[in-house]
Amino acid sequence: MTDFKIVVCMKVVPKPEEIRVDPETRRLERSQVRSEFNPPDMNALEMALRLKDLYNARVIILSMGPAFFEPYLRIGLAMGADEAFLLSDRRFAGADTLATTYTLAKGIEKLGHPDLIICGEESSDGATGQVPPGLAEWLGIPQITLVTDIEMDLEQRVVRGRREVRGGHEMLEVPTPAVISVKTASNEPRFMDYEIKDKAFKQTKIGVWSCEDIEADEGYIGVPGSPTIVTGFEQATIRERKREFLPGARDEVVRRLLESIQDYL
Amino acid sequence: MVASLYGVEDEQKAIWVFLEQMEGEVERVSLEILSKGRQLADEAGWSLVGLLLGHQVSDQAERMVAYGADEVWLAVHPLLEYFTVDAYAHVVEQAMLKGRPSVFLCGATPNGRDLAGRLAVRLRTGLNADCTDLRLNPENGMLTSEVTGFGGGVLALLESPHHRPQMSTVRPGVFPMGEEDPNREGHVHEMEFELAEGMIHTKLIQRVVGEGVDLTQTPVLVCGGRGIEGKFDMLQEFAHLMNGEVGATRPPVDEGHIERERQVGQTGVVCRPKVAFACGISGAFHFVVGIQDADIVVAINSDPNAPIFEYTDFCIVDDALQFVPALIEAIQMDRATAND
Ligand SMILES: Cc1cc2nc3c(=O)[nH]c(=O)nc-3n(C[C@H](O)[C@H](O)[C@H](O)COP(=O)(O)OP(=O)(O)OC[C@H]3O[C@@H](n4cnc5c(N)ncnc54)[C@H](O)[C@@H]3O)c2cc1C
Ligand SMILES: Nc1ncnc2c1ncn2[C@@H]1O[C@H](COP(=O)(O)O)[C@@H](O)[C@H]1O
Repeated sequence: MTDFKIVVCMKVVPKPEEIRVDPETRRLERSQVRSEFNPPDMNALEMALRLKDLYNARVIILSMGPAFFEPYLRIGLAMGADEAFLLSDRRFAGADTLATTYTLAKGIEKLGHPDLIICGEESSDGATGQVPPGLAEWLGIPQITLVTDIEMDLEQRVVRGRREVRGGHEMLEVPTPAVISVKTASNEPRFMDYEIKDKAFKQTKIGVWSCEDIEADEGYIGVPGSPTIVTGFEQATIRERKREFLPGARDEVVRRLLESIQDYL
Repeated sequence: MVASLYGVEDEQKAIWVFLEQMEGEVERVSLEILSKGRQLADEAGWSLVGLLLGHQVSDQAERMVAYGADEVWLAVHPLLEYFTVDAYAHVVEQAMLKGRPSVFLCGATPNGRDLAGRLAVRLRTGLNADCTDLRLNPENGMLTSEVTGFGGGVLALLESPHHRPQMSTVRPGVFPMGEEDPNREGHVHEMEFELAEGMIHTKLIQRVVGEGVDLTQTPVLVCGGRGIEGKFDMLQEFAHLMNGEVGATRPPVDEGHIERERQVGQTGVVCRPKVAFACGISGAFHFVVGIQDADIVVAINSDPNAPIFEYTDFCIVDDALQFVPALIEAIQMDRATAND
């Protein structure tokens, strides 16, 4: 095993199509909702596992969230990650991006010095890609976001990433350690490996860390560490449409359609 | 409790807009935010300041006054020619600590998000990402940001009452762009700042940027989904006839049938065309939010129970692979007759 170490930040999210807003209380109804790994984080894990295949890197999953995340982390282990840690403490709850990135950064510091921290592009429950740059800032290291592909130079200790920008792409190079975020759907996450699945589900221990374990400052985590407050939720309303079915044979429908849309062009 | 580097007591009643530029041209989303910023500033009696970083961009600064800025803070340096998050965060941080704006806005573009994400942590403040609407309370100076979550199905309203600046990134295309008014008066202020090569750890090795498409502005949007089986040439021909552009749902993008910048929806572009066509698209919420501002939606789907018809004005139950060619033919015939 080399001393090349990768931390993958993964989050469990409610399935978006099952979330509703209670019209009375204006709160999210999430009790009935099933969860899944944030889909973009599977792409992050896959990128790390490919580096493991190439360089025999050590891949560590890190997540902040409640105890029910644990079985999901085992899916990551069964895919080939070596270890998993869950930052779980009542006091972490209610964290916005600032508190989340602080807490994850403390967890990463506790894990020793990884060469790469790989995140997904964004979490599907609302936050939008602000964790990777925020993490990089707390750790004081560079970042390359939205990469579709990366290349390591272990000797020079640099990483090169192909990053998507409007109308094209760019190649950036930064020294390691660095934070990477992976463009969603840029690789095909592998399935669980049945040979290691049993071990991953029964034997491997998942480290669960509290505020004290990562030596976090209580003023920087959870609600006290979060400048942002949510003042309300609403169910998004999609505007009413005519929903007029155009009848007739194909040629008639074509005619009707061309007439109907004429006024709007 | 975590405190921001400067607080409500020492804020300036000003809205700052980061003016993102590429190759010396200010991005459209920055102009959209400027015009929304102008409206909010007028309502509250505040000033609107544009922040422009680059190398040869001085000519753009005056233009930003015409687009609504009372002041433009200009930072010029060869190391700012191309965006690197290290250099830009460094200079913007210095500007903010000097200007202490109450509100700081920037586009939710790849570079805008990179910059805002780092700055919010550096300044220890809140960041509302990818907003679809903004309100500023003239009484107490509170910025309320509307964001969408969970695939677009839920709206949340966010505030940062005790931290400054109140930061938000704004989704391209949600605010209309204002008119340029050459008679507007304003002031361009050239900034002094520190920046040296040693502060920058990001090396730009290569950049390949083509024309790029801007789906947010097209009058006609022709979208294809999995149901059209990769036949985007057919949609292209149709779009061309209608003076429009082609968009897509995520599956054909993931499968490589079409460029990612043509993806419409929650993780793609939000468009406001006059007419949007949805061909072979089931109607997932993730997609529908991308065309909800269209004046008219036409959907062609072989399944009469497809959810897309809930969000459609003119519903056509047919095989898109046959209907679209028939439509193309009819239009061509009409035009040929008209030209006779
Ligand atoms: C976090 C996240 C973000 C996402 N963001 C986006 C986004 O930004 N944009 C987006 O589009 N999706 C997004 N998605 C995916 C989205 O949930 C749907 O999976 C996707 O929109 C479905 O695409 P589709 O309608 O083309 O395919 P399908 O759902 O497979 O539908 C194909 C439709 O074509 C019809 N059809 C088949 N053959 C024909 C034919 N010959 N003629 C006519 N009709 C035919 C079928 O009846 C069916 O209704 C996202 C998903 C996630 C999890
Ligand atoms: N609670 C969390 N635990 C672990 N990783 C996270 C968490 N929240 C966000 N991330 C990572 O940051 C990425 C971007 O998330 P966000 O900035 O919330 O859109 C995700 O794809 C994850 O890789």
